Amino acid sequence: MGAGYGQGFELTPEGPIIVFPTTLGPWLDYTINGLVIGNIYALLAVGLALIFGVSHLINFAHGSVYMVGAYIGWLCVTKLNLPLPVTFVTVAAGCGLLGAVIERVGLRPLRNAPRIAPLLATIGLSVVLDQSAQLLFSPDPRALPTQLPTWRIAIGGGSIGALDLLIAGVGIGSAGLLYGFLRFTKLGWAVRATALDRDAAQQCGVDVDKVNRTVFAIASALGGVSGLLVGMYYNTIDPNMGFQAGLKGIVAQLIGGVGNVPGAIAGSLLLGLIESYGIALFGTSYRNLFAFVALILILVLRPNGLFAQARRLPPEPLTGTFIAPSRPLVLPKWAVWGLAALALALPLAVQQPYLLQTLGNAWLYALLALSLTLVAGTVGQVSLGHAGLLAIGAYASSLLALDAGVPVLLAVPLAGLVAAALGTALVYPAFRLRGHYVSIATLAVGEIVTLVILNWESLTRGPIGVTGIPPLSVAGKPLVSGQWVYWVPLAVLLAFAALQSRLLNSHLGRTLRAIREDDVAARSYGVDLNRYKGLAFAVAGFIAGVGGALMAHFYSYINHETFPAPVSMLALTMVILGGLGNVAGAVLGAAVLVGLPELFRAAAEYRMLIYGVVLLLLIRFRPQGLLGTV
Amino acid sequence: MANEPKKPLLEITGLTRRFGGLTAVNGLSLTVGEGELVSVIGPNGAGKTTLFNLISGLDAPDAGTVTFEERDVTGFTAERLASFGLARSFQHGRVFGNLSVLDNVLVGAHTRLRAVKPRIPVVGPLVELALALIRPPSVRAEEERLRAEAKEIIALFGERLTPRLDKPAHSLSYANRRRVEIARALALHPRLLLLDEPTAGMNPTETAEMLEIIRSLKARGLTILLIEHKLDLVMQLSDRVVVMDHGARIAEGLPAAVASDPAVIEAYLGHKAVGAANQDSANQDGGRDAEGDASRILVAH
Repeated sequence: MGAGYGQGFELTPEGPIIVFPTTLGPWLDYTINGLVIGNIYALLAVGLALIFGVSHLINFAHGSVYMVGAYIGWLCVTKLNLPLPVTFVTVAAGCGLLGAVIERVGLRPLRNAPRIAPLLATIGLSVVLDQSAQLLFSPDPRALPTQLPTWRIAIGGGSIGALDLLIAGVGIGSAGLLYGFLRFTKLGWAVRATALDRDAAQQCGVDVDKVNRTVFAIASALGGVSGLLVGMYYNTIDPNMGFQAGLKGIVAQLIGGVGNVPGAIAGSLLLGLIESYGIALFGTSYRNLFAFVALILILVLRPNGLFAQARRLPPEPLTGTFIAPSRPLVLPKWAVWGLAALALALPLAVQQPYLLQTLGNAWLYALLALSLTLVAGTVGQVSLGHAGLLAIGAYASSLLALDAGVPVLLAVPLAGLVAAALGTALVYPAFRLRGHYVSIATLAVGEIVTLVILNWESLTRGPIGVTGIPPLSVAGKPLVSGQWVYWVPLAVLLAFAALQSRLLNSHLGRTLRAIREDDVAARSYGVDLNRYKGLAFAVAGFIAGVGGALMAHFYSYINHETFPAPVSMLALTMVILGGLGNVAGAVLGAAVLVGLPELFRAAAEYRMLIYGVVLLLLIRFRPQGLLGTV
Repeated sequence: MANEPKKPLLEITGLTRRFGGLTAVNGLSLTVGEGELVSVIGPNGAGKTTLFNLISGLDAPDAGTVTFEERDVTGFTAERLASFGLARSFQHGRVFGNLSVLDNVLVGAHTRLRAVKPRIPVVGPLVELALALIRPPSVRAEEERLRAEAKEIIALFGERLTPRLDKPAHSLSYANRRRVEIARALALHPRLLLLDEPTAGMNPTETAEMLEIIRSLKARGLTILLIEHKLDLVMQLSDRVVVMDHGARIAEGLPAAVASDPAVIEAYLGHKAVGAANQDSANQDGGRDAEGDASRILVAH
């Protein structure tokens, strides 16, 4: 999950194109393009569906495997000058091996952990892979030349190139091979048996680990080949290409119904066509918006996918949640007050502006962590798009101050209200979802926020961003010095932390935690899930919105990339590090993850890698975090 | 004795729920009168828990009606039914694992919150949030009252739960978790209590204790619908017994009459005669237990 924005897939088919001047011609081209892209999504989505089938895991590392496939292909083509078929075999083998490793590291040790744990582990793995690629190959895009001839066949006004045919061939061929494998081989039977009922399969002597390993290897081989093909298709690859692609695979899979292999293929082709036609109608910059809006619509209207049968037996969720049982460290009151006083007094003793600024930044991130720990920890709705709330708050406050002339001191709380209202409204459709689906929906909402900011130029100034944001000022005196950059965020943080602790001590605390523990039992005792999830998201939105607003006024410049998806991931790592639901833990997590790398002057490029590794280790070895879950 | 017509509290007519090709509940009708204790028995897979889910609003029927206190509540949500005074326990136990025993029981009283949760449309949630943060005296008094009452309910179970008030529910024994569930249900002040196998996994001593508790609840006038496999408990407690098989009611009446009903014995023994493996798919895992059920019903008889 890297900062893969704006990369996407550009429509730049190379080679001479013979287009007959008919009105249908461009549409045929868009159709062919949609189907080709759909085929690429299908290679990803089929793998995701297979993995979900046997392990009930949505593999967020899949996009990174795709990126690795592209880079292995790049090495084979440009460094080793291997012939194309050998390149394909190498990519498939390399990625297959990587898949087996992911299964071993990300899934198997967490087999008995709550289901969200392996999902978070794959996010960590994805960060590690993307960042490693960035360190090894530099973040800059590279050309991946195709060795295929560049002729194109004109068909009824449109045209098809050799690469289009190759992609179609690989897509259809691998679907056929997969069908044969699942249908006619013993291991394929074992895969299907495991997908139907893992425990029963194990009882019958199926080596479930082997099945999982095989499925991850096959899925990853397909994903890697898909990356190679895309690299060739656009003649460019970069270390962050996997993030968007992986999301598209997940979207395609959800359209078809999770775990449904033919559905994944159909969903992918549909998604490819939707995008291609959408671009034809609205333009390229909207491309990803279609996918995520389609995702939200599917999740809300047909949460089991387009092809699911009518309502099924409601699943009886197992009791217990991903909140690791723990005895949280409860600080005595005097210790809390003491620490707060110490933190407030720090600028009197230490006058290094750099240190104060770093810690001030940590307190700002702590606001985000506070917000996320309420939603993901207390209510158990693991949000992967939390940075979107920061973005809403930041833009709301900046635009209110700049365009509406609202004083900054008033704009900040107003921005909190905007983020609370907008954030809750955006996530509202996802309230009826559970587990993985909540995470995916919030991820999509986060992406949608970024894309709307990018595209709604009349309001947000689009890709240029907002410049000259006025600083916070009291009585005409701007609070920009090192001490204020430290004090203001800290004061706001302490106030919100106190408020949140008070909330957790009230009846709302137990009600929200009851929803997390067992939403069915909570409903049976009269707890209206929408009402309380809404309340939690509103409070969380307010806190994060104020945090984002403060950031905007301190940074003085923001754009749509100021709060990218990795920030959401970072917030999640902070929250898990501190202990889910734990207010003090959120503050500690932010201080450790934002403050320490900065203070140790760890090179900025290693920082994301460190976060990924920390996330992986936490999930594996200390899911309750440092201070314990509440 | 107790089966002369009373004002029906719960009335179910023609209730049906299908899952694909399987009809879990098939045209079932049932009434529970005020103050009555009615037991639902039947082999595993007979549709008893599905029936409970339909009554308590966790699942919606394909056909039929549920009337609660003379109000048609078919298809109402579980949270709404809870506010009407319907409380239930769950077959496999669904306590809030990371909440303390006391908090579990307090969540049971959620529908009775008034001071902190005024019935105001639209802005109600925000008012609730503000009241929870400001905590005026009325809110604090209500919370104190509910806490005291929750402790009283917990004390019904003697020394089983009281020493563990602040322990998280996941640390409790299986039997204690079932007790927490019942305490939580009582905190709702139910008009109707649905108990889904309250003694599952309990040893004879614990079962006898639970029997006494249910008996005392009944003596207090509480209306109870009970699913139970332990037939001796059913025979001792029930005013009426309803026997389900394959989603339908196959017998109903006084405990003693039901136990000697040929159709009931057939339902239990039939499985044994035909052999568990060849059973209808509706009984997937029911066959295994049918023999046990059959022998138990004969013992009870």
